[in-house]
Amino acid sequence: MFVIKCPHCNEPREEEEFHYEGEAFIARPSNPEAEADEAWGDYLFMKKNPKGWHWEMWGHAAGCRKFFVVKRNTANHAIDGAWTLQGARAAYETEQVAA
Amino acid sequence: MNKDYSIWKLLSQGFKQHQGWTPAWRNPEIKSSYDVVIIGAGGHGLATAYYLAKEHGVKNIAVLEKGYLGGGNTARNTTIVRSNYLWDEAALLYEHSLKLWEGLSEDINFNVMFSQRGVFNLGHTLQDMRDIERRVNANNLNGIDALALSAQEVKDHIPMINIGKNTRFPIMGASFQPRAGVARHDAVAWGFARAASNYGVDIIENCEVQGMDIENAAIKGLQTSLGYIKTSKVGCVTAGHSSVMAKAAGIRMPIESHPLQAFVSESLKPVLDTVVMSNAVHGYISQSDKGELVIGAGIDHYTSYAQRGSPHIIEHTAAAIIELFPMFSRVRLNRQWGGIVDTTPDACPIISKTKVKGLYFNCGWGTGGFKATPGSGNVFAHTIAHDEPHPLNAAFSLDRFHTGHLIDEHGAAGVAH
Ligand SMILES: Cc1cc2nc3c(=O)[nH]c(=O)nc-3n(C[C@H](O)[C@H](O)[C@H](O)COP(=O)(O)OP(=O)(O)OC[C@H]3O[C@@H](n4cnc5c(N)ncnc54)[C@H](O)[C@@H]3O)c2cc1C
Ligand SMILES: [Zn+2]
Repeated sequence: MFVIKCPHCNEPREEEEFHYEGEAFIARPSNPEAEADEAWGDYLFMKKNPKGWHWEMWGHAAGCRKFFVVKRNTANHAIDGAWTLQGARAAYETEQVAA
Repeated sequence: MNKDYSIWKLLSQGFKQHQGWTPAWRNPEIKSSYDVVIIGAGGHGLATAYYLAKEHGVKNIAVLEKGYLGGGNTARNTTIVRSNYLWDEAALLYEHSLKLWEGLSEDINFNVMFSQRGVFNLGHTLQDMRDIERRVNANNLNGIDALALSAQEVKDHIPMINIGKNTRFPIMGASFQPRAGVARHDAVAWGFARAASNYGVDIIENCEVQGMDIENAAIKGLQTSLGYIKTSKVGCVTAGHSSVMAKAAGIRMPIESHPLQAFVSESLKPVLDTVVMSNAVHGYISQSDKGELVIGAGIDHYTSYAQRGSPHIIEHTAAAIIELFPMFSRVRLNRQWGGIVDTTPDACPIISKTKVKGLYFNCGWGTGGFKATPGSGNVFAHTIAHDEPHPLNAAFSLDRFHTGHLIDEHGAAGVAH
């Protein structure tokens, strides 16, 4: 059990109000016809599933019903932040560049 | 193998105040190189080592465990064993395992308390009942015992179940597998550990694998918390931590790690002599030999490695159980825990070679691998020994996620373990 602050509602609420929507930023291949089976399989099924910090999507199912992005630590459920989809991409990309 | 546990040994020890027992398995020093290294001393890893030694004559084997033997999902699961899966590939694999269960206590000379008390999978909607008919027929065609029962027939077996119409999801019937049942989880880990150790397998606890030494796409050794180990064959059987191991090898896995919770009640006199599970209301229950009601549910939907889940899942499960068995409403719960299960997109395991030569993975058993412990170890040992899958696990390769040959067992596996 943890508390999530939806960036749309801006209010901390219990995790039970939300629905987990999986790993964030999985990009659909831009030219699907050109992709080999390997790349398609990766896109459809492969997951980072890290032990540690994870960028993931949540839906505020019993609230505003909007999607957003959370950076959560899967080892201890600590949350580093929550962003709208656009805001998250910028934060994620800054982090990727720094790393 | 030296099968030294017997009624005579027990009697003679009785006269000596049981002071003469020796440890069930050796506690050896780790060596610097092995022919085969198994990562993970859960039931599956230990069974793999046992069958490698017994059936394939491999001599120099180690099983490395980061914590203590059998402390992972093996010790956290609710021990349901059954083989009534829908598709041929899965049904045959789980049935192979069920057949091994039937002779396991004798084979490893350790009482795993395998009790074939039957498993009911309840149906609550018309669609559930159609799926049950289909699955029961598929099972029968595969030579697996299965029956479709009406609500009244379920009630005849389990008098205290509520089949009334006054519930949110009334029971319409069930599938029943008479040969299914439960086993003692710890005994399975200890029994395989002892049997493997008797064949000379080194079981090394408190030894975490931290990195993989891979050269020219072939495994050369492992970095561990106890130093470097040279080996050319590695079987990775780390359940919820399989993605972490795969990352160390530069392999992508279609796995997500989720908490799965269970809980037990205070001990009661015998009330429930079978196993009841329901995918529709999300709960399942059996009674242990100690008298506790053993209750479980579905996964927590977020990914996690924290071995604990959220309380609302417990609430939801308890509500489901009380709807099925109103008389349990005043039973008090004793303990609750979580394990980390490795789920796959098609609810089927991955027992496979990888693009790294000599590196094999056995994972993705998700919420339902305990029942497969002997069968999984048996076919995985074959895969490692021959560098080729056993016919029963050929369909469970990692590349099915690239070829598209998925084996969708969500109907038979889903919430049900
Ligand atoms: C609450 C719950 C209920 C369940 N109920 C059922 C059920 O009723 N029926 C059923 O069939 N299945 C059930 N399961 C699923 C079943 O428990 C698992 O599928 C099965 O135990 C997996 O077997 P294992 O022996 O491979 O796993 P584990 O026992 O988890 O073994 C994996 C081992 O690998 C070790 N490891 C991990 N990383 C490393 C490393 N880097 N170095 C060294 N060692 C490492 C771990 O410490 C662990 O001991 C349940 C699971 C849970 C959590
Ligand atoms: Zn919101």
